[in-house]
Amino acid sequence: MAIRRSIVGIDSPEVLSTALRDAQYIADEGLATATYLALALGKPLLLEGAPGVGKTEGAKAIASVLGRQLLRLQCYEGIDAAHALYEWNYPRQMLAIRQAGDAYVNIYADDFLIARPMLEALRYPADTVLLIDEIDRADHEFEAFLLEFLSDFSISIPERGTVRAQEHPVVVLTSNRTRELHEALRRRCVYHWIDYPAPHREAEIVMMRASQVAQDTAWRVVAAVGALRQEPLAKAPGVAETVEWAEAATLLHDQGASWPTAFKRAIGVALKDQDDLAFIEPRLDQILGETAA
Amino acid sequence: MTGSALPRPLLPFVEFATLLRANGFPIAPEQTQSFIAAVGLLGPRSLEDVHRAAIATLAPSLERREEFDALFRLLFLGQGIAAPAAADDEEEMQVYDEQDGGMEPPEPEEAEESGGAPTGAERLFARQFPPLDEAEALRRFRRRAPRELPHRRSRRFGPSKGGSRLDMRRSLRAAVRRDGELLQLPALARRQRRRRVLLLIDVSGSMKEQTDSTLRFAHSLAQATDRFEVFTLGTRLTRITRALRRRRADQALSLASSLVSDWDGGTRLGDALQAFLSVPRFAGFSRGALVVVLSDGLERGDPAAFVDAMARLSRLAWAVLWLSPLATSSDYTPETSALQAVLPYIDRLGDGSSAASLCREVLQLEGRVA
Repeated sequence: MAIRRSIVGIDSPEVLSTALRDAQYIADEGLATATYLALALGKPLLLEGAPGVGKTEGAKAIASVLGRQLLRLQCYEGIDAAHALYEWNYPRQMLAIRQAGDAYVNIYADDFLIARPMLEALRYPADTVLLIDEIDRADHEFEAFLLEFLSDFSISIPERGTVRAQEHPVVVLTSNRTRELHEALRRRCVYHWIDYPAPHREAEIVMMRASQVAQDTAWRVVAAVGALRQEPLAKAPGVAETVEWAEAATLLHDQGASWPTAFKRAIGVALKDQDDLAFIEPRLDQILGETAA
Repeated sequence: MTGSALPRPLLPFVEFATLLRANGFPIAPEQTQSFIAAVGLLGPRSLEDVHRAAIATLAPSLERREEFDALFRLLFLGQGIAAPAAADDEEEMQVYDEQDGGMEPPEPEEAEESGGAPTGAERLFARQFPPLDEAEALRRFRRRAPRELPHRRSRRFGPSKGGSRLDMRRSLRAAVRRDGELLQLPALARRQRRRRVLLLIDVSGSMKEQTDSTLRFAHSLAQATDRFEVFTLGTRLTRITRALRRRRADQALSLASSLVSDWDGGTRLGDALQAFLSVPRFAGFSRGALVVVLSDGLERGDPAAFVDAMARLSRLAWAVLWLSPLATSSDYTPETSALQAVLPYIDRLGDGSSAASLCREVLQLEGRVA
């Protein structure tokens, strides 16, 4: 196993953490360590967590820290090789054949190959970060196929032969854990479970992401969101919702609404489920009141 | 273990992997290797580093994280394993999933005071020979199920005769073979996939007469399709999917009945369903699935929780089929207020009085709903 102690000057979790912060992403020690290990060991990084805790953002920040292009592959039920790997440009091949007439034409040249994210990442491993987003949405066949890709980092194209990566590409996988991933997949990755951030960290995130928001507003939103996450909601507000709620409430406040009212009126930004809203409605004043104190 | 080839400082890490394996964590040798490399990369400056490296490379599942941490403390700090906090809240609905709980089924509760309550295994043993027509109905079900269980359109395309989309890949290949001439246009159509069937079986006292035939039906379903999940609802929720995968009916049923510890108890359908929905992995089973509830709907718990759960279930599921042993005639109207309140969330209320009627209802559902 090839171990690279330092990648673009990043030689410890702390350095990485600082670099991520410069890229507007605040990572805790666990995430910074896991990410550093993934980079150093040349293994894919598997991030799991509830929706909205910043998994995809994390991948974007990693790409920006490394100064590489992010290739995003969004998974869905029924995703297949043509969307993940490559496809031939059939109309162009057809035209080329017609145009060539009797002459020879190589219809399997690069011109006719449409590279999808996974092939692209193999071709240019030093310039790209591959994000395989929401892997739990893809079906089991795709997961099995991914196993092969993640262990060998090679793809074979019948007409062209095998494409093998010169070095291990940086791969980030995310999962919302709507279903259990296969053990074999977890085994090949460096794993990190992203939890909701601690209050002080979340307040920091709010202020970093939404520069308009005052410090005490940020703290109050974070406290209110923390209280909401304690409730048995169908969809607890994520970090993105916290930021949006703070922004929305600030906007309403600037237009003249008083504080608890501004929060209350903007609740639709934080809770996006009718049942949740109806459930929390009667006690919303109380929750906001407690957190304001 | 042969530790001779390994440098001494590495021993604890290898030992940790061995300890984890002994406790049922699937740790590959490759992961141990990464773990050691990771520890080396991090310094390690503190035990915290070793711990983080362990979590990142050995990837314990979230449910077993506490156990993992306890083993970590045991090996690296020499602490004993604290007894897991027994969250035995009486109000809490217990969920039992054999996948998480290792091989041991939970101890049957000491509920034998009533005298006559036989255990599941005994009961199944006593009624091993179902009437012939039931066996025949189940056999027919198994034969017809692959075609007649509900389907959905897959995202994938496959070759088809009357498809609406042109199969460019095959057209081109055919054309190349014939010097650029197209003789026919192969088409693509969406493939069909079977929908998942989620069976929720009420095992309360009032359903006592039916549990045997419903379990046999569940086993037939398990043999007919691989996309299914079976849970029993009573005073607790038990997942028996894996037990039913066994091919031999006797084996599968006695394994399943040994897992279920609340036979013939009371019913708290609402709580059991809420418990089902609160586990995201379980709730995911119902997404887009055909949900079949086998129950008489005699709810003794809180009807509000029950109605709420059914509403959520109906939003997740493709269709909800409620089969009640009381609904033998077509003009049956439910008498309990709980069942009346959930009627809007049920796509069909059908006859669940015998295995034959169960088979009929499930197979004919696609035509009725679509």
